[in-house]
Amino acid sequence: MNALPQAPELPPPVKPDTNAPPPPPAAQPGSAVPAISVKDLDVFFGSNQVLKRVTLDISAHAVTAIIGPSGCGKSTFLRSLNRMHELVPSARMQGRILLFGQDIYGRKVEPVVVRRRVGMVFQKSNPFPTMSIAENVTVGLRLNGVRNRKVLCERMEQALAMAALWDEVKDRLTAPAISLSGGQQQRLCIARALAVQPEVLLMDEPASALDPLATAKIEDLILELKKQYTIVIVTHNMQQAARISDQTAFFYLGELIEFGLTPKLFTHPSKKQTEDYVTGRFG
Amino acid sequence: MNENFHQWRKFKNTFMQVLTCACALVVVLPLALVFYHVLKSGIGSVNWAFFTQLPKPVGEVGGGMANAIVGTFVLLGLAALVGVPVGVLGGVYLSEYGAERLNWWIRFMADVLNGVPSIIWGMVVWGLMVVPMKGYSTWAGGVVLGLMMVPMIMRTTEEVLRLVPAGYREAALALGIAPWRTALQIVVRTALRGIVTGILLALARVSGETAPLLFTAFGNDFWTHRLRDPIAALPLQIFNYGISAYDDWHRQAWAGALVLLLMVAVVNVSVRVLTRERFAARA
Amino acid sequence: MDLATDTRLFAKPQPAARRGAGDRGFKWLTLAMAVTVFVLIVLIGYELANGSNLSLRKFGWHFLFSSDWDPVSSQFGALPFIFGTLVTSAIALVIAVPLSLATAVYLTEIAPPWQRQILTLFIELLAAVPSVILGLWGIFVMVPWCREHLFSWLRRTLGFLPIFQGPIYGVSMLAGGIIIAIMILPIITSVSREILRSVPGLQREAAYALGATRWEATRIAVLSYARKGLFGAVILGLGRALGETMAVTMVIGNRPEIVKSLFAPGYTMASVIANEFTEATTDIYFSALFEIGLVLLGVTVLVNALAQLLLKTFAGPGVTPQN
Repeated sequence: MNALPQAPELPPPVKPDTNAPPPPPAAQPGSAVPAISVKDLDVFFGSNQVLKRVTLDISAHAVTAIIGPSGCGKSTFLRSLNRMHELVPSARMQGRILLFGQDIYGRKVEPVVVRRRVGMVFQKSNPFPTMSIAENVTVGLRLNGVRNRKVLCERMEQALAMAALWDEVKDRLTAPAISLSGGQQQRLCIARALAVQPEVLLMDEPASALDPLATAKIEDLILELKKQYTIVIVTHNMQQAARISDQTAFFYLGELIEFGLTPKLFTHPSKKQTEDYVTGRFG
Repeated sequence: MNENFHQWRKFKNTFMQVLTCACALVVVLPLALVFYHVLKSGIGSVNWAFFTQLPKPVGEVGGGMANAIVGTFVLLGLAALVGVPVGVLGGVYLSEYGAERLNWWIRFMADVLNGVPSIIWGMVVWGLMVVPMKGYSTWAGGVVLGLMMVPMIMRTTEEVLRLVPAGYREAALALGIAPWRTALQIVVRTALRGIVTGILLALARVSGETAPLLFTAFGNDFWTHRLRDPIAALPLQIFNYGISAYDDWHRQAWAGALVLLLMVAVVNVSVRVLTRERFAARA
Repeated sequence: MDLATDTRLFAKPQPAARRGAGDRGFKWLTLAMAVTVFVLIVLIGYELANGSNLSLRKFGWHFLFSSDWDPVSSQFGALPFIFGTLVTSAIALVIAVPLSLATAVYLTEIAPPWQRQILTLFIELLAAVPSVILGLWGIFVMVPWCREHLFSWLRRTLGFLPIFQGPIYGVSMLAGGIIIAIMILPIITSVSREILRSVPGLQREAAYALGATRWEATRIAVLSYARKGLFGAVILGLGRALGETMAVTMVIGNRPEIVKSLFAPGYTMASVIANEFTEATTDIYFSALFEIGLVLLGVTVLVNALAQLLLKTFAGPGVTPQN
């Protein structure tokens, strides 16, 4: 089987083994090697500081929710985890972000490699319209040089199954991706991200553009996925965060106000600002 | 293999960046060459005589293009008389009135007209004016350039008017100002600068047209005193001198080219500067 | 258009009391001005059809396939000119399309902002250069250079191909094609650039998030998405190439012959009209030239209409999902 190419500096990632028993539930913060470790992160766009000294550890095989009012920097934070904020020319960062112990902003580390290990799903689904469903799912693999048709088909089926989309599309894999409904397209985007076997999956308000039924499907999917992946999800929907996440980080005006186990943060927050936001006094 | 493939991807990326940059330079090259040669060959001949004297008879050295320069301005004036009212008012209709379907067809026709070769315009006006009037004339030259300007000005006027926010119209109508006054005194006046730049650009475009004038204005070695006589124009003179066998005429053709090129370049650059100011002021 | 941005004053019915005579008059005035475009098209078609009547009746379809262009014996056939127009346009496209598309990609995806501004200015200036000035430069600078350097090099290296054989004069089909290429570079580049800019940023982000390099992201998210519009830009360039007159006339050699060599002089439809219209003496001569004009008009209108349709219907494939 074709192995995906690895970056020169980073050792091979831990590959999820689908036959192994599921890992233990809900990791406690601070236990084992954190999937992502953020230390003193500052992000600037030009002279505007958008994130201030953010420090937290994201546990592996868990769902971490990022909540906060509009403009608090949660999307920027998410994007700094896979270096997508660098697409803006005036972006600058300070601090360290470690992916399973390795600095993703190291001098010789290329964003291209980081993004293969940290996948992303966007708020508005964005399948490539000129490609079929199958082509969309396998595009990441083909970019990385996987040519073997058997391998591509296997991975595609795996990814679609993990995204809970296989049964719905298995008969029309060559249909254009845009012929799917909104909710299906979003799951297709998830499958596309999963096909390259990332270790972490970032999700930026993945269900905000979907109806409640489709949203529920996505949430169920996330709960399944966390068995194999580490998930970081930005959401403005607090009930959603409470439903599906193990840990929650509350951001306000670019600062991390509070970070902890979800049940505790929502019922007994330590900071007043957290309590105000969670109870709806502002937002 | 994986490492090599990764390097290959990087190489492709860099290669394409260099290639596209090279192509951009190649595209700009003819401009630089043309400007350089026109300057080099024309600058020596652009003298007082050039601007004030009439062409000398065939074979004699000396003379100038005074009548051609004046002729170009006369033709542009006539063209503006024909093209500006029709174009601007037509653009007002497209922006302020009309049904979707009709407007779509009008725009489509205008765009098709913009693509009609200029020599065809010349033939048409020849049949419409030169034949009945039994001779080439300044009228015919002015009309053909004016007609060519109509679709150009119509489209640019419409685009500029559309940029005027709907709020301005509503405020005026709410004050009880009649719709036609609103259109003229509020909307058009707000967009006036854009409309004027559109007109200037159209004038610059047609000032360099030679083909339609070949059988309408035709050219004249002397001053034109009546509008129903043929008239000289700068591009016509450049063409006739350029393809002639006489070195002195070639020299004058370059001088004419320099004058015409500078005229056109100045209009284009100043229009750009004006519109940039407009956007900067708004932001 | 939604209510907030609908700029038309009378998109919805207005109460009759608010419409005065002034309004009606103004509306009809502007409408009359707007429909002149239809009038003009009809006028153009009518004039050309009328003018070519004689020739149409005398020569019929044979006109399009005959190479006989002999004003003296009143025999006219348009094939050499059709051939010349097609060949020079084809050469122009082969040269200009890759250059323009690459430049458009560079401008939208790769170039830093300061380069973008300068390059855009230069390209607009190139678009503004009148055809006759480019032709002048063609006669005195480009053609001699081609004769001395480019064409002889082509004959040396690619001379096994029939198109690069034969005597080199300088003025030629190839020179015509090159100069048309220079004229259509700006329009293809700027329209392509607009098309590429309209590709939603979300598409690029999807590619980057998968770990694509910049070129890969451009290829799969931008170029693929925009291909219909880019094709429209190319067709627009073709339309422009077909109608190009002055610059071509000055460098093509003006000989109505159909030869395999690109170094041989040629003649295009627009050029023959430009050169011979004022020399025409007999009615049938005029009519033949009008018929060539009619063919030229027909071809350019069709090509331009096609280009406009492609560009107007390009909103990007699949903008909204079906639910």
